[in-house]
Amino acid sequence: MKLTLWTYEGPPHVGAMRVATGMKGLHYVLHAPQGDTYADLLFTMIERRNHRPPVTYTTFQARDLGGDTANLFKDAARDAYARFKPQAMIVGASCTAELIQDDPGGLAAAIGLPCPIIPLDLPSYQRKENFGADETFHQIVRALAKPMPRTANITCNILGATALGFRHRDDVAEVTKLLGLMGIAVNVAAPLGASPADIARMGQAHFNVLLYPETGESAARSLERSCGQPWTKVVPLGVGATRDFLHEVAAITGLSPSVDESSLRLPWWSASVDSTYLTGKRVFIFGDATHVIAAARIAATEIGFEVVGMGCYNREFARPMRAAAKAYGLEALITDDYLEVEDAIAAAAPELILGTQQERHIGKRLGIPCAVISSPVHVQDFPARYSPQMGFEGANVIFDTWIHPLVMGLEEHLLTMFREDFEFHDAAGASHHGVKAQARAEDQPAAPSDADTLVEAADASGGGISAKRMPDAAVSVTTSGAAVWHPAAERELKKIPFFVRGKAKRNTEAYASEQGVAEITVETLYEAKAHYAR
Amino acid sequence: MSLDAPDRGCREAPVLKERGQREVFCGLTGIIWLHRKMQDAFFLVVGSRTCAHLLQSAAGVMIFAEPRFGTAILEEKDLAGLADANTELDREVARLLARRPDIKQLFLVGSCPSEVIKLDLHRAAERLSAAHSPHVRVYNFSGSGIETTFTQGEDACLAAMVPTLAKTDARELLVVGALPDVVEDQCLSLLAQLGVGPVRMLPARRSSDLPAVGANTVFALVQPFLGDTHAALIRRGATHLPASFPFGDEGTTAWLWAVAQAFGVTRAHFDAVTAAPRARAQKAIAAHAATLSGKSVFFFPDSQLEIPLARFLARECGMTPIEVGTPYLHTAIVGPDLDLLPEGPTISEGQDVERQLDRQHAASPDLTVCGLGLANPLEAMGHTTKWAIELVFTPVHFYEQAGDLAGLFSRPLRRKALLAANQPPSPIPSPQGGGAAPSPLVGEGWGGGAPRLAPGGQP
Repeated sequence: MKLTLWTYEGPPHVGAMRVATGMKGLHYVLHAPQGDTYADLLFTMIERRNHRPPVTYTTFQARDLGGDTANLFKDAARDAYARFKPQAMIVGASCTAELIQDDPGGLAAAIGLPCPIIPLDLPSYQRKENFGADETFHQIVRALAKPMPRTANITCNILGATALGFRHRDDVAEVTKLLGLMGIAVNVAAPLGASPADIARMGQAHFNVLLYPETGESAARSLERSCGQPWTKVVPLGVGATRDFLHEVAAITGLSPSVDESSLRLPWWSASVDSTYLTGKRVFIFGDATHVIAAARIAATEIGFEVVGMGCYNREFARPMRAAAKAYGLEALITDDYLEVEDAIAAAAPELILGTQQERHIGKRLGIPCAVISSPVHVQDFPARYSPQMGFEGANVIFDTWIHPLVMGLEEHLLTMFREDFEFHDAAGASHHGVKAQARAEDQPAAPSDADTLVEAADASGGGISAKRMPDAAVSVTTSGAAVWHPAAERELKKIPFFVRGKAKRNTEAYASEQGVAEITVETLYEAKAHYAR
Repeated sequence: MSLDAPDRGCREAPVLKERGQREVFCGLTGIIWLHRKMQDAFFLVVGSRTCAHLLQSAAGVMIFAEPRFGTAILEEKDLAGLADANTELDREVARLLARRPDIKQLFLVGSCPSEVIKLDLHRAAERLSAAHSPHVRVYNFSGSGIETTFTQGEDACLAAMVPTLAKTDARELLVVGALPDVVEDQCLSLLAQLGVGPVRMLPARRSSDLPAVGANTVFALVQPFLGDTHAALIRRGATHLPASFPFGDEGTTAWLWAVAQAFGVTRAHFDAVTAAPRARAQKAIAAHAATLSGKSVFFFPDSQLEIPLARFLARECGMTPIEVGTPYLHTAIVGPDLDLLPEGPTISEGQDVERQLDRQHAASPDLTVCGLGLANPLEAMGHTTKWAIELVFTPVHFYEQAGDLAGLFSRPLRRKALLAANQPPSPIPSPQGGGAAPSPLVGEGWGGGAPRLAPGGQP
């Protein structure tokens, strides 16, 4: 039993729904009680889908449990076939039905429906949403895709995009365009947009492009075994990764990786002098492993940020995640507990968070700007405009998306220069964050903002929750060592911009303890600054 | 507006009882407003990842730093008997209460999986209550989808509290049902002006304000879905004041008059107190009735508010209900509303969503009230919809909200007219085709933010 206040991933049958809802001509008969129908609104509201998800819920009730829930399932499957006439059906159980052990696969096979029936075995009490999507797609491919002659021209399948995926719709379009530049046509993109009949002809493609390992890797491996199709390992997120991807495709196909890059703007936008202020900005990255690993590479090598923390919520990818983090001298945070993520962010005191919708909210609470790079999604993650993350246009979109939440270059200078100014004080915040600036009475001393009170309180308690609930307003005595802050030094500390103040405070205290200094003066502060100067 | 019943109401109308796929939430959803209403309560669902996902998807819990509800997720080892579920539960509760000293009431909430494995949360609540008394009182109720539909979760919660309420012989009015704080204050103010009192509320905002109950207690329901709570209060000897529900001018007046009569208020005094707010309500409703009058409306079952709302739309807004679907029909509770609802509509109980959609398509109503899973698909087919959950998550009771209530129904119609007037018709793009359907009024809400107004009144 594990107490959970919020979860990054839903149950595995929601993953199966993401596959079924992304596809056409497929129907999912789910043995489940009425409450599970909440999942429909994820698709109709968050993604604004104009059709109901193709899911029939058997809606068993308490009074059915002693009786015949198996017949209820059979009737629901029969009625669903009669009404929707799908090309194929997937059948399975949600968490409650798993407990009553009705065997939906066997029941559906027994009624002899005139379409392929694909049983799903998704252990609800062990696995989560991404596993459910990956396994469902894998079972569909295993059941329907057979070896067949290759197409005359070089074609590929694109694997892994689902309903409710973070920018999947536009990524598929952008990668299709990218492959087109190399002269490669797409045979089938699946699950998103494909029908069971399309799955059946996947064997025609020469190779597979895996866009989302979280939801498509098992299918890629299955197709490699059954149809002899190699698959791409590089996910084209960012400029470097997109070029690596083109080379990987070139190695598979023998085609040239040189394509027209005239639409790619990120490198120049990043090199232009206006972007100088981005240098070394401290960034914390959290989300699904694929997006986080790619984002770290973009941040470090294409925008010039410093990655100060990274991690993922999907434990299945802990190994590549740890390896990637090690390259930045970091220990990866592998957790699905958002309170742990919040503590890690507070401790790292980054200037920018790249995360999920949960980290966006953590950022709001801590006063740190955030750009969203990964599922879980929110209605805002389905923009009306074309907005891919992958390929060249994806790189352009990423540059804009990550930079816009930051304090702009000149504004940052003004905030620093006029730190004690009645308009440019901490509490006023940056003008573009949508909070009305509060002018402070001119004779009132600067007070620490909530954000750094939180940071400092979290530091003091080692990141405990209770400390954050009761922040200590007076931070005159350090807690991490013997050194005491002189009031003048404390005042000086408050002149340091709030987004680096936590770091400056910790560095100064570490320096003081190293030097055996009992009282931190203004001089100690600046000696520490010089000591840690980069 | 007259309080006279129509020649024939719907109390004797045949009920279409349906059984099939339902498109409704389970009772766990009630936690979303109950935890805002009871400010020192924590709701601990004992369930699966699905329960946790439902709650966060329906509530958008990311707005809270640390919400006062959570899910103790059952794992493989709990089910395989490798771990003693009760020991695990005791440990999680002890950790939770240690971290949240502000919690005075803890609700253990049963779910589908906990009911199926027959985890005895009633005994667990007694055990934990003894262990953590007097600081924390532990209750239990089931919000499982195999037993409860949406608002029945609140009913189960309040019904679980009734047997534990202190005994009193005082003649008091008990107002039963969670109301947004702003509406509760208006209700109390009206009752005070009428000279009705003392008045107690269930649920109370804090555990220290919990009411007592006894043979001299008279109670009035402000929500129609409180069947079990109604029965539990009668078992405690309290007397129910049946009335139509306080939606709109007419419903509010009838509800208040039922209470006033029980407390000996004269008609003259009643009229003096209610005249001004009634006039305001009528004026506010009239502004929306212009849009609604003559239009037809079709209710899919959702919150059990359907019968009283259909009565309001038919009698105060001039609409014609075609079908009024409700998850359950408690005639003893919504009887006064059924009497006032003019005969004509199909009254349906339960649901087979596919068959009901067939009926809805055939009827092609001007406005369809339905859940979030159906709203956009129906809009894409050209229907105008009102999502039902907003009726539960918005202050809609009593005089001052009567206009807002009418506005919830008129806005989709006005919006459709606006968009039709300003845009050439175009096909609706599919989500994977690179576009979005015409915007349903989705704010920050679904999947991230919360409904704009939580029933506790907090934004």
